[in-house]
Formats: sequence, C-alpha cells, structure tokens
Amino acid sequence: MNRILFAKSGRAVFISHLDLMRTMQRAFIRAGVRIRHTEGFNPHPYMNFALPLSVGVESRCELMEFALEGEAGLSELPARLNAVLPEGIRVLDAYESDTKFKYIKWLDIEAHLFYYNEVHPAEELAAFFAGPELVMEKRTKRQTARVDIKPLIASLTVSGVSPSELLLTARLSAQEPVLSPAQLIEAVRQLSPALTPDFVRTKRLEVFDKDMNIFR
Amino acid sequence: MDDVLERILLKVQKPARYTGGEYNQIIKDKADVDIRMAFCFPDTYEIGMSNLGLQILYGAINAEPGMWCERCFAPWGDMEEEMRRVRMPLYALESGDPLFAFDAIGFSLGYEMAYTSVLNMLDLAGIPVRSADRRSLTPLVFAGGTSCVNPEPMADFLDLCAIGEGEELDIEILRLLRKAKAEGWDKPRFLREAAKIPGVYVPSLYEPEYNGDGTLKRVARREDAPEKVTKRIIEDMDSAFYPTNAIVPSTEIVHDRVVLELFRGCVRGCRFCQAGFVYRPVRRHSTAFLLDKARAALESSGYEEITLSSLSTSDFKGLAQLTDGLLEWCEPRKISLSLPSLRADNFSMGLMERVQKVRKSGLTFAPEAGSQRLRDVINKNVTEEELLHSCRVAFEGGWNTLKLYFMLGLPTETDEDVTAIARLAEKVLHTWREYAANKSRGVKITVSTSMFVPKPHTPFEWEAQTGVEEYLRRVKLLRESITSRSIVYNWHEPHVSLIEAALSRGDRRMGAVIEEVWKRGGRLDSWTDYFSFERWMDAFRACGLDPDFYAARERGEEELFPWDVIDVGVAKRYLARERREAYAGRVTPDCRVKCMGCGANCLLKRGGCDE
Ligand code: SF4
Ligand code: SF4
Repeated sequence: MNRILFAKSGRAVFISHLDLMRTMQRAFIRAGVRIRHTEGFNPHPYMNFALPLSVGVESRCELMEFALEGEAGLSELPARLNAVLPEGIRVLDAYESDTKFKYIKWLDIEAHLFYYNEVHPAEELAAFFAGPELVMEKRTKRQTARVDIKPLIASLTVSGVSPSELLLTARLSAQEPVLSPAQLIEAVRQLSPALTPDFVRTKRLEVFDKDMNIFR
Repeated sequence: MDDVLERILLKVQKPARYTGGEYNQIIKDKADVDIRMAFCFPDTYEIGMSNLGLQILYGAINAEPGMWCERCFAPWGDMEEEMRRVRMPLYALESGDPLFAFDAIGFSLGYEMAYTSVLNMLDLAGIPVRSADRRSLTPLVFAGGTSCVNPEPMADFLDLCAIGEGEELDIEILRLLRKAKAEGWDKPRFLREAAKIPGVYVPSLYEPEYNGDGTLKRVARREDAPEKVTKRIIEDMDSAFYPTNAIVPSTEIVHDRVVLELFRGCVRGCRFCQAGFVYRPVRRHSTAFLLDKARAALESSGYEEITLSSLSTSDFKGLAQLTDGLLEWCEPRKISLSLPSLRADNFSMGLMERVQKVRKSGLTFAPEAGSQRLRDVINKNVTEEELLHSCRVAFEGGWNTLKLYFMLGLPTETDEDVTAIARLAEKVLHTWREYAANKSRGVKITVSTSMFVPKPHTPFEWEAQTGVEEYLRRVKLLRESITSRSIVYNWHEPHVSLIEAALSRGDRRMGAVIEEVWKRGGRLDSWTDYFSFERWMDAFRACGLDPDFYAARERGEEELFPWDVIDVGVAKRYLARERREAYAGRVTPDCRVKCMGCGANCLLKRGGCDE
C-alpha cells in the first residue's frame, strides 16, 4: 500500500473528516494522479485515513492510505499534491508501507489551555494528573461507563506559557481504547471543575506503535 | 487566524463555510492593489458558492490588475449570534478583513427573498443600511443580478445598481471608483459620473411621485441622469471571461460540480417567465469553446461531475455533438454528466442514453399548466403528446421516478384547468403501465404546484396574483382530483409567493417595509427556518402599505411602473401585445421559427438576433 503523511493547520483545521476525504479525492485528480477505485456497485477511489481528526484540531502526523495506479512516482507525489491542495493541508512524505493502521497505539499531542479569568499555576494541573487513578464518565456510542483513564496516559507534562495559558503535552492511547485530547479535558471538567480551561487549542504531533516506535 | 474567530468557529455548525482558504481562491498582495471589492452573496455559503455568476465575476474582476475581489456570504443564525456577541464585524473570506475596509461592496440579488439579508449583512459589517446615511465615497454599496430589473424596492439601500450582465460593467464601475478615489471626489460627484456608464442606475438621482391611489405618477430625474437605463449584455460569449479556475469549496455545497454554461437567454417566450424575457437575446458559446472549457474546468477542479446549465438546455443546437464530445472525455475518467432543465418536448432517447451511460438521476418536467388551453395562454409550447412521448421514452429507458411541476393561479385559470393537472398525471401513470421496462420496482410520480408570481418585464406584469385563499382552494380541488397512490402531490406554501409578488413589483416605498422586517429580526427569508409571514404582514401594517396593492392588483394598460426606468431590451408594448395574445389563447412562435420583433435585438451591436 501507498501512504502519505500530511499536516493540517491554519484555516484547514475546520475542514471536517468527510469533507477532507472529498478534498483529497479531488486533489489527486487535479494532480493528475490516478488511484485505485473500490470494486462494486458504486466504485469510488480507495482512501483510508488512520485516525479521524476532529474539527478544530491541528496535526502534523495524519496518515492516509491508497494505491497508485499507473506510472505516477511516489517521490514526486508530495510536490504534485501540494501544488493543488487547499491552504493548510501539506503533504510531508509519500512512501510504501506494509504496516496496518490498527497497530497505531499511542499519539503525542500538545494542548494550549487558556484561562480568561483566573491564574492557574502549571503545578496545579500537573498535580491533578499525577493522582493514582483518574476515574471519569466516558460516553461511548451505546453507553456511559466509569473508566480509569490513567492507564491511557503514557506520559504527561504541564508547563506555564503565560499567566493565562498552560501548555500540556501528553502521549495518549490512540485507539482500543481511545483517549482523545477532548476527553482528557473533559476529565478535568468532571473531576476538578475549577481547573477547567475556557478554551483549548490542540495539536497532534506524532503517532507510535505499542513499542513506542514512530508509526509510519 | 484570529483567536476570537477560531473560538467562535468551534461553536458553530459547518465552520468551514466561514474560513475561506479553498483551492483556487485568489489572494493578492495588498501593496499591489488599489481597489478592493467584496462580492457579497445574501444567502448561505452553500447556495452562493453554487452560483455560476459569482464564480464568473470573481474571476473576471480578479483578472484586472490592481483589483482584488473577495467573497462574503450571509452567516447562518448560530454564527451571526456568535459574531454579534463578540462584536466581530462581517468579514471577507480571503483576507478576513472587515467589509468596512473595502472600497466596494457588491451584492448579487438573484431573488427577492434575499433582500432582508442585504440589510443584515451591512449591519453585521457595521455599515449603515441606508445609502443616504453613508456619506463617504467608500465603501460603495451596489448590487446586480436578476432582481435588479426592478431596483426600486432596494433603492434606499443601494448607492447604485448594475443592470444586466456584470463582466464588463462591474469593472467599468470599479475603474471609475479608482479614479474617484485618486482624485478625491465626493460620493455625489462619483454617483453623477457613474450614472453615465451604460447600465448603471443610481437611485438617488430619481425621485418618484405618486397618485392619490398609490400608483406611480411620474419620476423626477436629477441633472443628466438617463431617462432609461439599458441593461448590459455580453455580445460575444466566447471572448468573455470564462471561469475555468473556479474556487473548489472544501466543504459540501448545493451544486458540487462543474457547471458549464452553454448560452444565455432563451428562444422560447413562456409568458410567465421573467428569465425568458430579461436575458434576451440568446447568445451562445461555440461547441468547440465549451468542450475546451469543460475539460479545463474538470482538470482544474478535480470534480467528478459536470452539469450543463442554461435556461433551456435541450434547445442548444448541437447538444448531441457536445454531449458526445464530453462523454468521450468523461467516461474513461469516471466523470458523470447531468442535464438539468430538460424540456419535455424534444427529449429524445438518444440524449437520455447519453446521460444514462454514466449515471441515472431523477427526471423533472415542467408543463406548468395542466390543460392545453392554459399552456397556450402561457405560451408553454409543449403538447400533451410530446410530454407523454417523453415520459414513454423515459420509462422505456428504465426511469421510474418523475417529477412534474405546475403553477396554480395563472391568468385565466379555471377549475377545469386545475383538474386537468390530475388527468395529465394519470395519463403519465398510464404511460408507465404501458411502457415501463421494469414494472417490479413500481413508479413514483410527483406533482408539485406553486402559486404563480407575476413578474416585472413579462407579459403578465399587469396581472393580479390569485391570493392565498384561492390558491389553497385550488390546491384542495387538485388534491381531491388525484386518486392514484402512485401520484404524490406536493404544494408549495403560498405565503412566500405572496411576499415575493409584492416585492418583485414593489416601488420605492417598499424599502421601508424591508427595513422594518429586518429590524424585527428578518433575514435569510428564503429559508423556512427564518421566513415569518406574520413579521412581513406586521411590517406592511407598520409602514401603512398593503401587500395586495402590489401583489393582487390588476394594473391598467397605461400604468407607469416603478421598473419602467429599466430597459431590458424587450419593449413594453411588445409585452402588452403578448398579453393580448395570451388572452386570445394564441401562441407565439419561438425566436428560431420567427422573430416577433420584441426589441431585444437592439442590444446587439450586430443588430439582429442569430437564433
Ligand atoms: S423555456 Fe420557457 S420557462 Fe424555460 S427559460 Fe425559456 S422561456 Fe423560461
Ligand atoms: S428580436 Fe426577435 S429574435 Fe431577437 S429576441 Fe426578440 S423576438 Fe427573439
């Protein structure tokens, strides 16, 4: 399979996952790069994204899988796609891979937490996450369950940027089960409401397999 | 991106509508730009970005050195609320700059129900809604589009109106504005000069006077403002700007595909149809030009669908050649071709097979009236045999859903004409029973009706609208006449049509009503989520005007109309003759069969229409 590594930032963070698929599909056509279509009644280009990205979240580690048709070379693909992608979506690399997306286990993120009205020292938030367990209510499609998210956090640090802004970096479980940055903040809201930030800006940094090797 | 904007975008639905940044958007260096225009579409992003006119004018203006045209759309209610809460002025998508920083703000007015959104957008931008309250030269607020064929209802709010096709006209206006800015003209001087550009109507140079009965008495003109403003057209279509590098939205819009405009105008003269008269005469692209531009537009956009767009696409000479040429290119690339607005009369198997090869979409026919008598009155030159033949072809070809559009309340309509709609639908159903290729899947025939809206610059501009109660009585009659379960009947709500009728033939006093509706919360009135009939009626009452005076009043043949100042090419006496022909039940041949001398040929430098 062929894969691209791409970044999504700036205005493009508001492009939804569904719209991103359409956007990528059109970009390949504009680039004149043919990719394999699915079989069946309604054939469409085969494209598979690793971990769907929420609207509003920036990323520099998005992965998309597809299969080139014909002659187009992988090495020139980033340049060809970047010439025809909308502002904010940038292909960083194109390569062959035989790994499977299900082997992605960890995700590095950073989150800027903004407090409009009060000042919270970084230590306060760090202490919150340092507890022996963090049992929160997690909503899944079917039910709400009480889960200890502590094992889903491989590492976490908090530092102060300014009196009204904290920077949180963490390595979170990417799937099975997932702990999204939004859920991490939700844990704060549930368990230590006073520390709930007024606004959070999140960015994905890197993906890893279970052995903490960078996943490609 | 601005922090505040980022925060509110996370709270609203479909935020990608408010960010810009799409592929093919045009960003210019402000240092190289001396005229900045905001092209404003008074409806949502999804509707506005589907508008071919926007893509054409955006491209044409940006092709001018020193001019930068950006886009702006009406925010949905949730976004508006957030913007007002944080006091964020309405901004253009490309630069994110607030509208008040622009030299010109140009609205596209395609339909009357968008009027309140114009006021709302200006207000959201912190710009006074009334032209008289905007003292400085910039931002100049103007409008163009089909609704401007009667500019009077919006006259209080617009500094000027661009009448007709804008590719050349808009640029001429902006060039004059550039000169005015450079030479430090004040606004009145600019407007006086602008009025000399053919196609420019400056409302403030005209002052209407009314008779005791509310009708227009005369219009006083200031200085050397022209007595009539003649609409502008592009004569040679192939040499005009064509948007092959159209913006490709990053989020789904209404028409998410390449739209290929074949020609402007229509050779038919359906007497109810405003577009049919105000876009005359027919001007077309050559087939070679279209094939070339279609390929370029598909390659540049990456769209996998192309649709042919025109008032009456199947009237395009050489359509078979065009579709064959397109399919030859599209099929191997898995690009589908669609043909909207097919007329039921010359719908051929061949054409349908061509469309069908790639994808089969639903079929819509618009006979408009149920009986032959009434179709003759409105000059809808399609016979029952032709319609049924087209249906037969469709059913044999495997189609099993069909939509039929009709209007209720057309001039001279009787109850027999209404029930004839039901009989016609039943004949269509019978045709299916007889000829369907595959009956096992069943059939669905949808009949839709809407209340007829008499429009300016048509032979029915003198007519009274039926009225809500009478329309509903006819709806009931039709509903009771339809017995088959395979025929579904949908009727459009008549209240919007009543307001539309009042606005479309409104005079300058209507501005007060529009402003009142907006002040009471009106905007996005073409959406049922927002339209409130009570709000409109309250506003009419508050302004001492009666919507029925505009909508439901039959005018005398000699009455002076507010829109008479606009010359769309077709002479008023021609419209009057067509009206008499309508009442006599006589049809008028189309422009190809015989030129009936409507007057629109005078818009062409070459003098005569060629179709
Ligand atoms: S065919 Fe008739 S209804 Fe259609 S655009 Fe032409 S004039 Fe209007
Ligand atoms: S001048 Fe004649 S051919 Fe031209 S639009 Fe009018 S009726 Fe048709």
